[in-house]
Amino acid sequence: MDGILNCKVLTSGIGKGELLVTHQSISLWGGVDPARGIIDDPRHELFERSISAKVLVFPYGKGSAAAPLVMLELIKQGTAPAAIVNEETDPLLVAGPIIGRHFYKQAIPVVCLDHDNFVMLKAGQDAIVDGERGEVVIFP
Amino acid sequence: MYLTDQEKKMLDGKAGEAVRLAMSILVDLGQGIGAAEMVAIEHVHTDSGFYVGDAGLEFVEHLAALGGKVRVPTSMNNTTYDIERCRSYGVPSALAGKIRRLEKAHLAMEATPAWTCAPYQDGILPKSGSMVAWSESNAIVFANSVLGARTNRTGDLVDICCALTGRAPKTGLYLNENRLADIHVTFDNMPAEAFGDARFYPLLGYAIGKQCGNRVVAISGIPKDVSMDHLKGLGAAAASSGATALFHIVGVTPEAPTLEACLNEEQPTRDLRLSPKDIHQTSAVLCTAENDQLDWVGLGCPHFSRDEFNELVACIHGRKVHTDIEATVFTSRKIRRWADTAGVIEQLTQAGFQVYSDGCLLTYPQFINRSGTMMTNSAKAANYIYSQSGYLAAYGSIRECVESAISGKIMRERPSWMGF
Repeated sequence: MDGILNCKVLTSGIGKGELLVTHQSISLWGGVDPARGIIDDPRHELFERSISAKVLVFPYGKGSAAAPLVMLELIKQGTAPAAIVNEETDPLLVAGPIIGRHFYKQAIPVVCLDHDNFVMLKAGQDAIVDGERGEVVIFP
Repeated sequence: MYLTDQEKKMLDGKAGEAVRLAMSILVDLGQGIGAAEMVAIEHVHTDSGFYVGDAGLEFVEHLAALGGKVRVPTSMNNTTYDIERCRSYGVPSALAGKIRRLEKAHLAMEATPAWTCAPYQDGILPKSGSMVAWSESNAIVFANSVLGARTNRTGDLVDICCALTGRAPKTGLYLNENRLADIHVTFDNMPAEAFGDARFYPLLGYAIGKQCGNRVVAISGIPKDVSMDHLKGLGAAAASSGATALFHIVGVTPEAPTLEACLNEEQPTRDLRLSPKDIHQTSAVLCTAENDQLDWVGLGCPHFSRDEFNELVACIHGRKVHTDIEATVFTSRKIRRWADTAGVIEQLTQAGFQVYSDGCLLTYPQFINRSGTMMTNSAKAANYIYSQSGYLAAYGSIRECVESAISGKIMRERPSWMGF
């Protein structure tokens, strides 16, 4: 699909990249290696895939409360995703990008889509997550 | 977002630059997640002293350099390694130095050096109904569920911002309406022996976390005499496989005197019936060990309690760990001091167990053995040690872990209540 989807903005910024889509939840700590920016949980369907500079799409966060530490480290290492798209709000996922914006002056938008739009997203397409306008723009 | 005059002053920098930065982050977070206002909190348990890289260290050193001081009593969660003893298990001096810098920054901000992921075992027990801001997923679920205190899954670094301001965005589990369960867990043909078996509770927690995600659950059918260690294991596992932050056990936990009291009747609730087969399947997912070969027995995730130490010593019964096996226990400083005074450390050391404090079982093998097979009584550890470091894991009771450590190979018995 392509087009413009309205989204709920949890933290603003504009991120552009290829969609990396999973319908499994992600624990940043214990699931993502911040040095390499890859999913390192062998049980995860995105195992060994890089999240760096991707628009990372997953339903909701899970697991460890260390998620903001991992996200801030991803930002510092330059291995962070370009944007995060969820179906459900998870404060733990929003915190890292907010601290990153205040401390490292780098913005990674985190947005939520409603279920019908969320399930339309397909891996491999390019997208812009525009946290200023509240839109996810999908390119054909 | 509504802010009181005092909160506006914090945001404007009138309480100093550290408070301004902390409050700015909390206000942005509150607006992002839809908080109408802040809640004044009484206590913080912070995981900002955990090292995963230099970013977190830079952030807390920055807050400390700006003169930040905690505004409410604040206890430290475990850090990554045993602060005193980590060089003995191969942590390089440069990295140990970074842990010391985290310690220094937090002490400068006047946090309490509890260094434990189980503060509730150290007498840190917020009252039922009190508003707190805790980090560490197992501590969060314990505070909400077992103590009846109120905290969201606060998150590392957000927690120290809460400590410096005494505030947290008032959303989620601070609000009455979000503390009601929308999933009711019951048991299908579960034999009574299951409820007396310590192995059952972490597996139950893991199954609940996996199937219920971030929902609040009510569990019926658990006996009233369920122990603190059972509840610790249940919560820790549920918070690692899902995002469980609050469970109610009908007739046991403070907000669940009855099912009606803790179930959300405003909307349809889901029933989840768990059978011995479901628990068996969970066990199969957690056990990644391929055969009976064993390298390491790791206990204390969450940190070992006094009761668990007593059980461990009783199970060892004067025997010694096999020379090929590494055996380690992690606990808090306070409980390690108790164990030292009680002669427990001496007995364990003679048996071949090393007892560490301050740090995390899961990061223990990073510099000594980067692969192999471990055995633990923690479903949380069995889950993360595999996902994080590729270590294969077997899950069993403390007694099974001891028998395995002594014989040098994995010794497990399938519980009779699991069927087959």
